[in-house]
Amino acid sequence: MKTDIAIIGAGPAGLVAALHAARAGARVLLLERFPYLGGQLIKQTHKFFGSRSEYAGERGVDIAGRLIGEVNAADRVTVWEDSAALGYYPDGVLTVRHQGEFRTILPGKLIVATGAAEKSLVFPNNDLPGIYGAGAVQTLMNVYGVLPGKRLLMVGAGNIGVIVAYQLLQAGVEVAAIIEAGPAVGCYQVHAAKVERCGVPIYTSHTVKHAQGGSSLEGVVICRLDSDWRPVAGTEKEFAVDGMCLAVGLSPLTELLWQAGCKMCYVPELGGNIPLRDDDLLTSHPDIYVAGDVAGIEEASTAMVEGKIAGLAAALASGDPAADLRPELTAAKAQLRALRAGPLSAKIRKGLAKVTKSALAEVV
Amino acid sequence: MRITNHPILAFPEREKVLFIFDGETLEGFSGEPIVAALHAAGVRVLRHSLRHKRPRGLFCAIGNCSSCLMTVDGLPNVRVCTEPLQAGMKVETQKGRGEVL
Repeated sequence: MKTDIAIIGAGPAGLVAALHAARAGARVLLLERFPYLGGQLIKQTHKFFGSRSEYAGERGVDIAGRLIGEVNAADRVTVWEDSAALGYYPDGVLTVRHQGEFRTILPGKLIVATGAAEKSLVFPNNDLPGIYGAGAVQTLMNVYGVLPGKRLLMVGAGNIGVIVAYQLLQAGVEVAAIIEAGPAVGCYQVHAAKVERCGVPIYTSHTVKHAQGGSSLEGVVICRLDSDWRPVAGTEKEFAVDGMCLAVGLSPLTELLWQAGCKMCYVPELGGNIPLRDDDLLTSHPDIYVAGDVAGIEEASTAMVEGKIAGLAAALASGDPAADLRPELTAAKAQLRALRAGPLSAKIRKGLAKVTKSALAEVV
Repeated sequence: MRITNHPILAFPEREKVLFIFDGETLEGFSGEPIVAALHAAGVRVLRHSLRHKRPRGLFCAIGNCSSCLMTVDGLPNVRVCTEPLQAGMKVETQKGRGEVL
């Protein structure tokens, strides 16, 4: 099967990329490995920040519903659910497991928007049932309506940890505490204030010493860290909990990019190994674009703007666009720069400086 | 445990189905991931690790980490965090790698 553009992953980045590439006149095949679209947006019940062009004030789950509706109604977009991309080869063939069948696709351009996976944390008994990634807890409660436990400890006070702690309270779960290894919370202050008003203590400069339990989690011992991140003896605190939630970061799902031979670079500020790219989000491979968390861990709002850039740029490069896309592409790039302009994005900007255009010129 | 009252989300009633977990009949909703039905019934141990036989539970819930592999209708290594539940399914705690032949 031939298509102008194949997009892998139908989360915020992939959905927006599909819409913009199709509006620009390209025939798009959107692949999603799950039986439903939306990626991790469908479990985000909190309202987004930012400006109206990035859906601020709307809940992620509602944004997902709107984008999915638009994609399903769009001319020129073919949606394949339950379809996992398997490999991309030098002759330009993409192999896919489509609802149990092996299929080959010949796309002109490929946009990889595969997202990210939860990181774990090293401590004794970290494999006990009842210890979850923060995303798993969100999926269980917010998508399937099932509680992860009665009383949980949250590890990590970045935006994800603190937002999920609040969502646990909304679902009727007791949150014993939020702990954070760093000396200060990493989340927006408004989120931290919300959980503290509900009586949830936040322990900064604390980490997990060990977990305990038989067939599943029964308790967690935490301890304080000194300024060199070493545990301080005698500062242990024990919590009787049946669940623990790890919100200690995400790592980009880059397997397909490695397999396809894209040049990669380790950038801790953006979650690990990520592809080198130019400002069109084109990788070192002439036909592979990236968008969203696979290009570096950020937020859904930046993922959606990246989806727009990659979608427009790929449509432009596949030739014969319906209109002059360059003004819209330039505007989207300006929008992305504005989103990353704040003081909280300093780390993101530092990471991106290592993988954008000039870095690409050095290795290719 | 299922959420019955939520300030933002509604969880409409879906078709209830019965399935078998290690010989015991449990109830879940058709089409939800098998692990959601197991969690709702209080089952958290999904398999035992190969070498040290340690219990393993749900970790990522999105089909990435392989912590939740179980034997479903005789087929081992099924990711029950994404596999939809169907009426009459036979779900078993997986020990080790699972027998294919």
